[in-house]
Amino acid sequence: MAHDKMLDGNTAAVEAIKAARVKVISAYPITPQSTIAEKLADAVADGALDANYVRVESEHSALSVALGAQMTGVRAATATASVGLALMHEIVNAAAGVRAPIVMPVVNRALASPWSLWCDHQDSMAERDSGWMQLYCENVQDVYDLTMCAYRIAEDCRVQLPCMVCLDGFFLSHSMQKVRVAEQAEADAFIGPYRRHNSYIDPEDPMIVNNLTSSDEFTEMRYQQSRGFFAAESVMEEVFAEFKEQFGREHHMVEPYRLEDAKTVLVTIGSMAGTAKYVADLLREQGQRVGVLKIVSFRPFPYRQVAALLKNVEQVAVLDRSAGLGAQGAPVWLEVCAALQSMGLNVCSYIGGLGGRDISMDTIRHIFEDMAQECTQVYENPAWIDLKEHPMNIRQVLKHV
Amino acid sequence: MFDVVKQAKGLVAHGVSACAGCGLELILRNVLDVLGEDTVVIIPPGCSALFCGFGPEAGMRLGGFQGNLENTAAMAAGVKAGLEAQGNHHTTVLAFAGDGATADIGLQSFSGMVERGDRVLYICYDNEAYMNTGIQSSSSTPMGASTTTTPAGKLTPRKDLIAIAVAHGIPYAASASVANIPDLRRKVQKARDTAGPSLIHVHAPCPTGWGYPPAKSIEVCRAAVNTGAWVLYEVEGGRTTVNVKPKELHPVADYLNLQGRFKGVPADQIERIQKSVRERYEALVDKSV
Repeated sequence: MAHDKMLDGNTAAVEAIKAARVKVISAYPITPQSTIAEKLADAVADGALDANYVRVESEHSALSVALGAQMTGVRAATATASVGLALMHEIVNAAAGVRAPIVMPVVNRALASPWSLWCDHQDSMAERDSGWMQLYCENVQDVYDLTMCAYRIAEDCRVQLPCMVCLDGFFLSHSMQKVRVAEQAEADAFIGPYRRHNSYIDPEDPMIVNNLTSSDEFTEMRYQQSRGFFAAESVMEEVFAEFKEQFGREHHMVEPYRLEDAKTVLVTIGSMAGTAKYVADLLREQGQRVGVLKIVSFRPFPYRQVAALLKNVEQVAVLDRSAGLGAQGAPVWLEVCAALQSMGLNVCSYIGGLGGRDISMDTIRHIFEDMAQECTQVYENPAWIDLKEHPMNIRQVLKHV
Repeated sequence: MFDVVKQAKGLVAHGVSACAGCGLELILRNVLDVLGEDTVVIIPPGCSALFCGFGPEAGMRLGGFQGNLENTAAMAAGVKAGLEAQGNHHTTVLAFAGDGATADIGLQSFSGMVERGDRVLYICYDNEAYMNTGIQSSSSTPMGASTTTTPAGKLTPRKDLIAIAVAHGIPYAASASVANIPDLRRKVQKARDTAGPSLIHVHAPCPTGWGYPPAKSIEVCRAAVNTGAWVLYEVEGGRTTVNVKPKELHPVADYLNLQGRFKGVPADQIERIQKSVRERYEALVDKSV
């Protein structure tokens, strides 16, 4: 039977990858992903996982090897973070375009520059239109559950799209939590064997995949990808329902928290959703009608569900963990605004938690307080909620000393 | 449109859009003729990508994938790992890439593949520049050659691809030329039977980029071998064998003068080219057993 283990987020991802019986692993170390690469190597070395481990020389090759392997008709695994994902960018798009349903944990970390080792969503947000689904985790159990579900969703022939499972660097990747882990037989029953569809590399059934394609067909191929995302919306809910039936834990593309009579709602994503829920509980105890909407699936973005869940709300704000430079607001805010466009609500954009800055209870409380001040917002929009007092003057360069 | 009434004799379609006199086509037809149907091929964008076909038409009767420019070796390694994971240890995984995709942008993934010992047969067809994008210089362009990015002639010598592979301890590496097809075919056979990574570096003449009439492709490449500008040799388990030793090397000018790309090379530079060609040839012969 399933049992509880103390696992950090990276190990939970490894457990789910093992549960999926991947046949080829290619990984390149990068903080804070490295223990995924290590633990998968251990699993292969000690015989726990029957797979070929290809020790690549870069993330670009990591995803290239995974793509080549997956095209032969097996599950292939890799994982990355930050600049590693940026280096993969070319192959991220290639894998999506040939509809290789690779599941890849992305341990969210800020992109350089400046150098940061710590959590920020800009790495995965920069890949948001690359043709991959993106699921964001709130806690370590989510990492395990959503990775298991990701295989089913990605490989469903109605979807046939790769999927990133995004977990916050250090906050989840290195945080030990109690996780319920399935037995292999239970995992097998849920995930099932890998079945290739449409295009593959097989000497017995030869075809050339991914050749030059003219404008006569290119648009249709992109459209087919968009239909995959469209189908993913219902497939996700089907898979989550089946997961609940088998394992008892509930997941949705978007999770409403105490929205029943809420007037003020904070929409957010990733591990900070947990803090937001906790603060909402405290404010509820004081009689404030607040709630939280957690985005689990950012791609496809559940815009219909978001609109339906927020239809009776008076105030909405979005807290993003990436800067959305040059845009009117950050990425999650843009999506929420688009989802609510017919509702005439003023949606505030908050940016915080960049480069590993902790989103504390105070930060969340501060957002709810700020939202309560009707028309007297002290911040610009987007509001950099945890900005220091003199942001333009943080370092002094001393010369000739 | 034409009705195709007969199957192609080999694994490459009989109507492909390679330029007249292209050496690449001759190489690929012979390579696949030796390797046979139990082969899958990874080809990056470039001249050879035309064999992947265009739209719904493929140029080869073979399983394959057109990868990205810098990941031919990594894609091939992944395909090999995937096939082996399914118990297929017999299919030859062929990586077929040009000099730019190998010695420039793909050198890192090539290095990784060789260092790991992945069993991939890697063929670099070397037409000595980025021909598909319009004759821009690569790191494999020889000294003195004029290209669209070295209009006054390349000032530096080429990268030594085989030496780089040998420095990794590659089990089998060889050079080859369209001027000696039996030698090329023998080397492909050997590379296929190598239990580990192998490299064949083939001189691939390009009438458009090198500036000579298409009918002279073989003549130009034969001159390269006879002058020592392209040495036919192989390195097996670290042992070097020079396969073709002309009784006496012809002057390198016999090769350079056939091509427009070397037209403006001044006499003193031809002397330097002559010196380095002779020294490299002699060094390889000295190493040869």
